[in-house]
Amino acid sequence: MKKKFPFHIIVFLFPACFIYSIFMIYPLIDTMRVSLYTQNLLGENMDDSSGVRTFIGLRNYYDLFFNDTWSWHFWNALKNNFYFFILHVSIQTPIGLLIAAFLSNKELKLKSTYRTLIFLPAMMSIVIVGYIFNLILSNLWGIPQTILGIFGLEDLYQPWLGLREYALITVSLISIWQFVGIPMMLFYAALLNIPEEILDAAKVDGSTGLSTFWKIKFPLILPTIGLMCVLTYVGNFNAFDLIYAIKNIYAGPEFSTDLMGTFFYRTFFGYQHQLGNPTMGATVASTTFLIILIGVLIYLFAFQKRITRYQY
Amino acid sequence: MRTLNTNLNSFIMHSVLIIYTLICMFPVYLLINNAFKSRRAIFKQPLSLPNEDTFSLAGFLKMFTRIDFSIYFYNSIVITVITLFFVLLFGAMAAWALSEYKFKGNTMLGLYLALGIMIPIKLGTVSILQLMNTLGLVNTLTGLIIIYIAQSLPLAIWILTEFMKQLSKELKEAARCDGVNEYQLFFYIVLPLLRPPMATVGVFTMVPVWNDLWWPLILAPSNGKQTVILGMQQYIGQYVTNWNAIFASLSLALIPVLIFYLIFSKQLIRSITAGAVK
Repeated sequence: MKKKFPFHIIVFLFPACFIYSIFMIYPLIDTMRVSLYTQNLLGENMDDSSGVRTFIGLRNYYDLFFNDTWSWHFWNALKNNFYFFILHVSIQTPIGLLIAAFLSNKELKLKSTYRTLIFLPAMMSIVIVGYIFNLILSNLWGIPQTILGIFGLEDLYQPWLGLREYALITVSLISIWQFVGIPMMLFYAALLNIPEEILDAAKVDGSTGLSTFWKIKFPLILPTIGLMCVLTYVGNFNAFDLIYAIKNIYAGPEFSTDLMGTFFYRTFFGYQHQLGNPTMGATVASTTFLIILIGVLIYLFAFQKRITRYQY
Repeated sequence: MRTLNTNLNSFIMHSVLIIYTLICMFPVYLLINNAFKSRRAIFKQPLSLPNEDTFSLAGFLKMFTRIDFSIYFYNSIVITVITLFFVLLFGAMAAWALSEYKFKGNTMLGLYLALGIMIPIKLGTVSILQLMNTLGLVNTLTGLIIIYIAQSLPLAIWILTEFMKQLSKELKEAARCDGVNEYQLFFYIVLPLLRPPMATVGVFTMVPVWNDLWWPLILAPSNGKQTVILGMQQYIGQYVTNWNAIFASLSLALIPVLIFYLIFSKQLIRSITAGAVK
């Protein structure tokens, strides 16, 4: 006979597991199921569960990847999203690392003020950030012209957000501006975590300043940098608010700022003359899920092996 | 020579940090500063602080005549507070079970619950909307609250589990010897000890919930149920031309988070860097 499972453990676990399973895990799995169906589009009630759905296997995925109706937008959004991610990692990481390295310096004064203020944008709503920069960069207001003017460079100004070749970079920089605080904080924590003895030993061996940083500290915080990359990756493929605030769902100009999030929204809810398509929306969401999953797995295999944990 | 070097170093570090801090604060300054200026001054002297001539609350007044921001604030506060309460309660209960009791599948369950830290819940939107339709929870605050609880639980459980593993064994055993049952032990002895990590969980729960646009946009877009962020977004969408009103509404949506952050920043930063401080 099996031993009875202690009742109080069930009581403690039940509420969290119930809500989490029903409203998070089930919808994720169900979305993948729905992506294997197609449904008559009636225009209205597109979120109505009564719409008749027919099983079509992987047809939606085939259409998404290869059928002209969808594929251009899909590959465009995917490419933009990777670009968005690469810009994040290559700009955010060095800045975050530099600031964290400075802040971890013991003798530095005003540390907590810098920390608090540099982290502050990360606490702001992305929508608000989007609107502020939309105003700041608009040619009606003239802020960039004034600032560039100080250096005699006012001719460099262009309405970056409105130009096809600059819009995505500009949007990425805005997002980087907002979230630099997160890598900074993680790297800072990792740097503080390095045991004194190791640094003392390095000092005894005559290692100083920069060489201590590159030869000793940097390798030790490499796992944190890996973690930061994967967090950024997940966040970037989940991004929506910023583009929505700055560019609405059209992700203009000419979809040059379209990311998986905005593409998903347009597919699911429709826009202009295109009807909302829940099953195709589910396909886009599931594909995004797979992309995220692949990224996380690469991280787990490439970085996780090297992680060393310090015992306190 | 050495002190010279140190001074030079600290000069460089301070310069870089000050410049970067200014870059971080500049847009925030522009926003809040210009919310209190007249339309003329916004365009003529965007960088300078308001003075007697340029000070104006026109934006705020304009905004309040058009929409009822107090409803949005009420909605946002209700959603955030109720979500926080249940996340802390359910999260702490689950974390307690996971960290305290040895049972079959403990590790697997922990991993299962941690999945949600990495997977964005947004990806389940299609089914969540359908589910909310079935349950009649579209356009209700309840629907939003449930989704936010589900979304916030994984991180909360993870942080609280890590903390609970450090609670002293003696305390728990002493309580059990006194004949306290498992529920009393949790609610009267363990829960009060959780204040420090709960503050961390609180910030990590409240800020994303308050700032969220996606779920209000999808689950509660209609009149009277908007959150501050969605209400502001819709308002700006309609009255793009009035810069006073735009600055005023953006500031109004931003200021609560700023105050909240500045109050809790020490606590928050300390807990992010926790482990290092020990």
